[in-house]
Amino acid sequence: MKHLVSRLGAAALAASVTMTAGAAVAAEAVKVGLVATLSGPPAALGQQIRNGFELALKELDGKLGGLPAELVVVDDELKPDVAVTRVKGLVERDKVDFVVGPVFSNVLMAIVKPVTDANIVLISPNAGPSVMAGANCSPLFFSTSYQNDQVHQVLGKVAQDRGYKRVYLLAPNYQAGKDSMAGFKRDFKGEIIAESYVPLNTLDFQSELTNIAALQPDAIFTFMPGGMGVNLVKQFRQAGLADKIPFLSAFTVDESTLPAQKEAAIGLFAGSNWAPNMDNPANKKFVAAYEAAYGAVPATYAFQAYDAAMLINKAVTAVGGDLADKAKLRSAILAAEIESPRGDFKIGNNGFPIQDYYLTVVAQRPDGKFQTEIVEKVYEDLQDPYAKDCALPAN
Amino acid sequence: MPLSLLIVQMLNGLQFGLILFLIAAGLTLVFGVMDFINLAHGVLYMVGAYFAATFIALTDNFLLGLLIALPLALAFGILLEVLVFRKLYERDHLDQVLATFGVIITLNEGAKIIWGASPISIAVPEALSGSVEIMGGIGYPVYRLVIIAAGLLVGLLLYVLVSHTRVGMLVRAGASNAPMVSALGVNIKLLFTFVFGFGAMLAGFAGAMVAPILAVEPGMGDNVLILAFVVIVIGGIGSIRGAFIAALLIGLVDTLGRTLAPFLLMAVLDPAAASQTGRALAPMLIYLLMAATLFIRPAGLFPARR
Repeated sequence: MKHLVSRLGAAALAASVTMTAGAAVAAEAVKVGLVATLSGPPAALGQQIRNGFELALKELDGKLGGLPAELVVVDDELKPDVAVTRVKGLVERDKVDFVVGPVFSNVLMAIVKPVTDANIVLISPNAGPSVMAGANCSPLFFSTSYQNDQVHQVLGKVAQDRGYKRVYLLAPNYQAGKDSMAGFKRDFKGEIIAESYVPLNTLDFQSELTNIAALQPDAIFTFMPGGMGVNLVKQFRQAGLADKIPFLSAFTVDESTLPAQKEAAIGLFAGSNWAPNMDNPANKKFVAAYEAAYGAVPATYAFQAYDAAMLINKAVTAVGGDLADKAKLRSAILAAEIESPRGDFKIGNNGFPIQDYYLTVVAQRPDGKFQTEIVEKVYEDLQDPYAKDCALPAN
Repeated sequence: MPLSLLIVQMLNGLQFGLILFLIAAGLTLVFGVMDFINLAHGVLYMVGAYFAATFIALTDNFLLGLLIALPLALAFGILLEVLVFRKLYERDHLDQVLATFGVIITLNEGAKIIWGASPISIAVPEALSGSVEIMGGIGYPVYRLVIIAAGLLVGLLLYVLVSHTRVGMLVRAGASNAPMVSALGVNIKLLFTFVFGFGAMLAGFAGAMVAPILAVEPGMGDNVLILAFVVIVIGGIGSIRGAFIAALLIGLVDTLGRTLAPFLLMAVLDPAAASQTGRALAPMLIYLLMAATLFIRPAGLFPARR
């Protein structure tokens, strides 16, 4: 009986603590929780996000919206269950005002509920699964990157415009891989001769490359992020296919993988909303500052995290530090105009950007480093196709 | 499916199988001669890859880097044997599993601390970086042909060593009946150390050879380890010949399975579903093969002990 009473007492105590934890606090500082993959092979991407965000904070003198900023960084290890535990820590223990992250879509889908249930704004500087863009859109979710399908769509349009008739598709077997093939097919009307899914973390593509050599497509489209992309590009070049078959890719050759891919990637194409050589003042300043601080060429992950910080800064200024009113905060974020390295862009009703997209190509700079460079603009002010299914208003 | 494609895919399977053989050869000897389950064999493969990557980068010469890495891998294996494994020979298999699993975790973290978490990339040496046309206009990377040649050469070397030298005879005798060998006055401790070191060097050589093709990263040995165990179970514990046949069999089944399964499934499913299902089913074939072997010949195809 005593045992039961003490257990009930403990339960009541726990319930009252969780109920008071959600109460709004008048903002004297802005606390941001950054969740990214900082270990294992994809650590390079998480590191770029962290660097980009910290660079922005340094430029803002450590303040967001005029209030002192506190940054808590956690590693999701690319494991959704670990991510949920760590993000719950950010939300319940650290009581952050914003969560920025993650890198990968599967982690995002795991952390969306814990963050939005706690009524906290979540800004993704990279992951943009279609699930978050349509009917399941959340008023607390924003993206400074893109909706995943859109980058793939760029390559589909390029393939269509360049008259490629037979294309071979290659992607890893998970949600983002499936989205990539769906995105490519949106504007490409030719023949897909194969849709080849490989297990996530495949290291040896010799089998697939042999098939590609045998089928002789007009072009190949691939989405092969991280270490997988490093291996695919190297093996593609080693198989002698790089000079024979145009390589259209998304997230496969970017500044996070180019240091490992080096010359093997030269001449390969990618789709993106930005490239380090874009000619506008904000971008020139950003790239120079990033290289000076971190000694590497920034990738999209870095500038998108930088934009996330700038967005928070503008929004917090606009609401005068009142972070408790999430509706006002949302309106401020949607209306915010920041000087982004990508140029002008808006945020649509589902929280995703409406922006320009480009075809880029890998090249070597005079100083020996590798980067992607703009070839041509493919879309102007493109909104993702799922926005119309989202019931939220545009302001 | 054109014949030229099938033949090139068989080459791929052969290359994969030979790498597996290099790793499994050391594993089967250690298990056969010393009755020691060494889960840490996979990290020896990883360590060989890291040593090769480091010294190739330092000397800027592939062959030199490889030649420095090999004796280092041997020394590292012997060090592990003297420090950790020697104390475990008399113990239960479960104790050996626990200890070597701890070694895996330690060495993986060690690699992460020393070399960082990002994959390291080394270039294929210039002279070997082209591709040759095998047949039907399909180019095959020269470097992979070199791996096949190296694997076959090592296989031959091992055969000569095991069948025609005194040391090889002792190893075979030890795999058959270790206590008897000791009772006959052979320095069994020295033999064990030699077997272990040599096995570690073989695994390190495999790691060094694949380093230019695959990214070198912490944990790269873990997946390969599972396959190596499947190889020695199918081939027969303690038998190099068994390891060779089984490794080639697995390499071929895995590669051909990956290619043919989606192709065959396209008759009943749409292309995307066929590709996904085929690629998911193919790795199962290896384990089905292992199950079938255990059912028909539980001691493996070429068991050393009778």
